Amino acid sequence: MLALRILGTLALLIVLSMLIFLLLYLAPGDLVKNLLGIRNTSPEMIAQVRAQYGLDLPLHEQYLAWLGGVVSGDFGTSIRNQTPVGALLLDRLGVTLLLSGLAFALAVVVAVPLGAASAFRQGGALDRGISGFSILGLSAPSFAVGLLLLYVFAVALRWFPIYGVGDGLADTLWHLMLPAATIAIGLGAILVKLTRTATLRELTSDYVTFARARGLTRAQVVRLVLRNAAIPVVTGAGLVLTFMVGSTVLVETVFALPGVGMLLQESVLFKDVPVVQALTLAIAAVIAVIALAVDLLYLLLDPRVRHRELAS
Amino acid sequence: MSAALTRSGVVAGALGGRGRAGRTARRWPAASVAVSLTLLALAVLAVLLSPVVSEQALAQDIMLARLPIGTPEHLLGTDELGRDVLLLSVAGSASSLVGPFCIALGSAVLGLLLGSLAGYHRGVTDAVIGRWSDLLLALPVVLVAIVVAGVFGGGYWWTVALLIVLFSASDIRIVRAAVTEQAALPYVESAQVLGLSSRRIMFGHILPNVLPLAVTNMLLNAAMAIVALSSLSFLGLGVAAGSADWGRQLADGRAIMADNPAALFAPALLIIAVACAINVVGDWLLPRLTIGGRR
Repeated sequence: MLALRILGTLALLIVLSMLIFLLLYLAPGDLVKNLLGIRNTSPEMIAQVRAQYGLDLPLHEQYLAWLGGVVSGDFGTSIRNQTPVGALLLDRLGVTLLLSGLAFALAVVVAVPLGAASAFRQGGALDRGISGFSILGLSAPSFAVGLLLLYVFAVALRWFPIYGVGDGLADTLWHLMLPAATIAIGLGAILVKLTRTATLRELTSDYVTFARARGLTRAQVVRLVLRNAAIPVVTGAGLVLTFMVGSTVLVETVFALPGVGMLLQESVLFKDVPVVQALTLAIAAVIAVIALAVDLLYLLLDPRVRHRELAS
Repeated sequence: MSAALTRSGVVAGALGGRGRAGRTARRWPAASVAVSLTLLALAVLAVLLSPVVSEQALAQDIMLARLPIGTPEHLLGTDELGRDVLLLSVAGSASSLVGPFCIALGSAVLGLLLGSLAGYHRGVTDAVIGRWSDLLLALPVVLVAIVVAGVFGGGYWWTVALLIVLFSASDIRIVRAAVTEQAALPYVESAQVLGLSSRRIMFGHILPNVLPLAVTNMLLNAAMAIVALSSLSFLGLGVAAGSADWGRQLADGRAIMADNPAALFAPALLIIAVACAINVVGDWLLPRLTIGGRR
């Protein structure tokens, strides 16, 4: 079963890599001109590009050569500034990792306790307030929220810097606080909903009624409920990481943060296809690995599933 | 995929967005539903007015650039090019809302068609359509849209068509699940015994039972499509520079927010308000469409 799941993930990644490889060919316009970008061209340069990208080889050989390069860490060369894509990516990765880490931590710390609390007091003022907030967080696009926060807290109140990443850890964290909060609002809305639904489901289970009837203290019942509700919350929290990918691109653009998302946006607008290909494939791989890890985590956390899996 | 390893229904349901079949509707106070319906009516009115005001809204006058909020004759001030923010926002409603509406409608139709085929016929059809939707759901919609719309270029309606395909994946899943559930019921079997054609059973008998789910999902997709399309136009994709569009206005408004914050606030709040209103109305409609709250 587990082997099948891993094979499925691999198959998906291979199909995606083929589609991503074809982007270069499906992009409108002349392939060589696309690869040369908006520079002036000469016949020598065209010949050089044809040789560099192996354009005279059959398509499947080109794909294999490209995939071989990607697997061994060679993502090709950026059209825009003629540097290796891998180095470009590594250069931008730090900001994005820090930003997503901070946003995820903020969302978990705030949303999970709130979601559980609102489930314990279903229909109360807190629950209704959280429901209203979560629909806002779910509906509002991250870039619109980001721009509003940017105006209110950076331009009007001047509590936070308007752009840049700062120097040193403390300063960087301060610079990343507003963008991280922006992502955390969307993420937190999902997590609140998730925690609330999971906790409510446990609260209405028979074992809770039974535990109460047996005379267990409220604290003991709460502990039972929270432990069982944690399973879908933990696996769900892993899955919402993929939600962050889209909003990170937009939020980095709003706050002019030089991260991977900004690199993607710049490369897309410049039609720097090798960079776009590398980024898309890298993101697809990260998402596939997260989905796989979540499934494994689910296996580890839920004893019922674990036993069934081991028995089969 | 092994049954044991698929995520629990709670996760899938509460995650929203994708595969919302198990979503739990909230109860909204009557007032918030009324406000939402009013907002949507105003939005429709703005879309209808849009062609009338667009010529005046797009008229540039550099002499009047960056007027602050509250200027007589320009209540919300003007933008970098001296265009009236209020008029521009009304004119931009068409580009910001008609496309998303088409995306929601198109993906619902596609989802009903392919989802019914997959759920009713099973077998190879189901496997092919199932893998197709798996592939579409493997990456975040916004990411794929940015990459494809960016690399291929193409105008507004190409972007809308792309989003219809991307959004249809979740519709296919939801409709497929519902049709599979219905196909096992006695009324379908009796229709089969009567010798009705499978097309008639699928679209004449099963479809009406699946439609409420598809309609509510369409509303929720509409809210997400507003967000997706405006995200793309904010990044400079799908909408030409200088045209009236909320996402575009936000990108332009970012540069002049110190002079006239309304250039930023008006489109931002409009996107947020309309998307919220659609979600509230969707939640309100769900139990009313499914007869007697039956699932």
